[in-house]
Amino acid sequence: MRVRKSTQGDAEGVAEPSPEVPDGTRAVLDGNEINRALTRIAHEVLERTKGGGDVTLLGIPSRGVPLARRLAQRIGRVEDLAVPVGSLDITMYRDDLRSAPVRALGRTEIPGGGLDDRVVVLVDDVLFSGRTVRAALDALGDLGRPRAVQLAVLVDRGHRELPIRADYVGKNLPTSLRENVTVRLEETDGHDAVLLGPSRPPSGASRDGGLRPGAPGPRPGSTEGNA
Amino acid sequence: MRHLLSTGDLSRDEATLVLDTAAELAQVGDRSVKKLPTLRGRTVVNLFYEDSTRTRTSFELAAKRLSADVINFSAKGSSVSKGESLKDTALTLQAMGADAVVIRHSASGAAHRLATWVDGSVLNAGDGTHEHPTQALLDAYTMRERLGRLDGLRVAVVGDILHSRVARSNVLLLTTLGAHVTLVAPPTLLPVSVDTWTCEVSYDLDDVLPKSDVVMMLRVQAERMRDSFFPSVREYSRNYGLDGARLARMPEHAIVMHPGPMVRGMEIAAEVADSPRCTVTAQVANGVSLRMAVLYLLLGGS
Repeated sequence: MRVRKSTQGDAEGVAEPSPEVPDGTRAVLDGNEINRALTRIAHEVLERTKGGGDVTLLGIPSRGVPLARRLAQRIGRVEDLAVPVGSLDITMYRDDLRSAPVRALGRTEIPGGGLDDRVVVLVDDVLFSGRTVRAALDALGDLGRPRAVQLAVLVDRGHRELPIRADYVGKNLPTSLRENVTVRLEETDGHDAVLLGPSRPPSGASRDGGLRPGAPGPRPGSTEGNA
Repeated sequence: MRHLLSTGDLSRDEATLVLDTAAELAQVGDRSVKKLPTLRGRTVVNLFYEDSTRTRTSFELAAKRLSADVINFSAKGSSVSKGESLKDTALTLQAMGADAVVIRHSASGAAHRLATWVDGSVLNAGDGTHEHPTQALLDAYTMRERLGRLDGLRVAVVGDILHSRVARSNVLLLTTLGAHVTLVAPPTLLPVSVDTWTCEVSYDLDDVLPKSDVVMMLRVQAERMRDSFFPSVREYSRNYGLDGARLARMPEHAIVMHPGPMVRGMEIAAEVADSPRCTVTAQVANGVSLRMAVLYLLLGGS
């Protein structure tokens, strides 16, 4: 992860244009805007779930997990409420496993009380084809029986391929299929930003960013740093 | 990685990936639905030319937890007893569309030969006195789980090294992962080429035990012995068996491992086998997660 190495240690979530916005991309959200969006989502979750007493937040690795933790912090600050937070890895439920080399698994951590009768809010960075969420719903079905499942995303970039929508959206970002959305978070990349750039050329393993919306788990963000 | 034939083929990163994947998949055993859809529509053939309880059921359960279809084939009651060769059996299974073949065979190198005949992945589940990679991987997993690390760990492997495929696989894997292995056995039960192995050798168990974090006891494989390798069972047990008194001389944190099947009173005393420091049942439980990890890593991608 070259990005993490070069920026770790400086800038605490403040968008500094030069090293953090590579050539050809532009920052759609900076650190402060991401914070504001998350604060708003935290309030919306509390409103929609009538106080958030039954809420369990599950982040989808990799960047959904720190986002879920931040949401929990904000909910705690607003309502003085400790919301259970966990992570849900969807790798084993993907529908495109056979079209790519084998993938390493992320962490799945289900909070102590389990998921039965909870209102589970799935948290991810980018909503794209909807296939990641489809996989997450399948995974949830094997882990318990939540009373309801909702979806919170930082960016909705459109181009859905499945009948899935988000309940809470940080920013609706109309994009072209040729563009590439990258979410960077301090916890994983050293700084906060949402970047919009042209897709990478269709070479080798990095192909499934923007060119192939068919890839579930669009996750252009998660592949970017490793490219 | 297409086949798993020898732990010597694994780099440190690959071996660590297998162990990390197994750690994630271990959670599946605690869930209400103990199944993942990952290998739906794939076929795994268990091709067993030698008797086995643990390994075969473990592979079968692992494949089923990943939703693969499993065909169990044992030499008894098949055309093998009519004289069919390994190659023809393999090609038959291939024609039926096997994506992976798990093979146990009494001939060293059988898995390697098979890998040149079939298109699918071949997983070595024990070939003669050569290798048993998934056993070594699950041993390493168990050590890491119990002791928190592998790097710098001192592991004593005690018993019938000569006939043991577990010993060879463990020496190769543990060395790759940074542990120090010492083989302990009477000179007659050590392979001739043991000086080329990446480990130390000792004939004195009492000298090695106090310096070991892990002691792995191996069964004396009488069924493979055509000569007499030691004077008597009693003498062997006295010199190389692990009893309560010897266990007490090991460091507090040290664990006792055994790949099974155990022969109580021979290489391991009953009180040691039943002690909480003995990880035999943990090894069996970890074996399922570990084999799920291997099947996923070999069959999960394109």
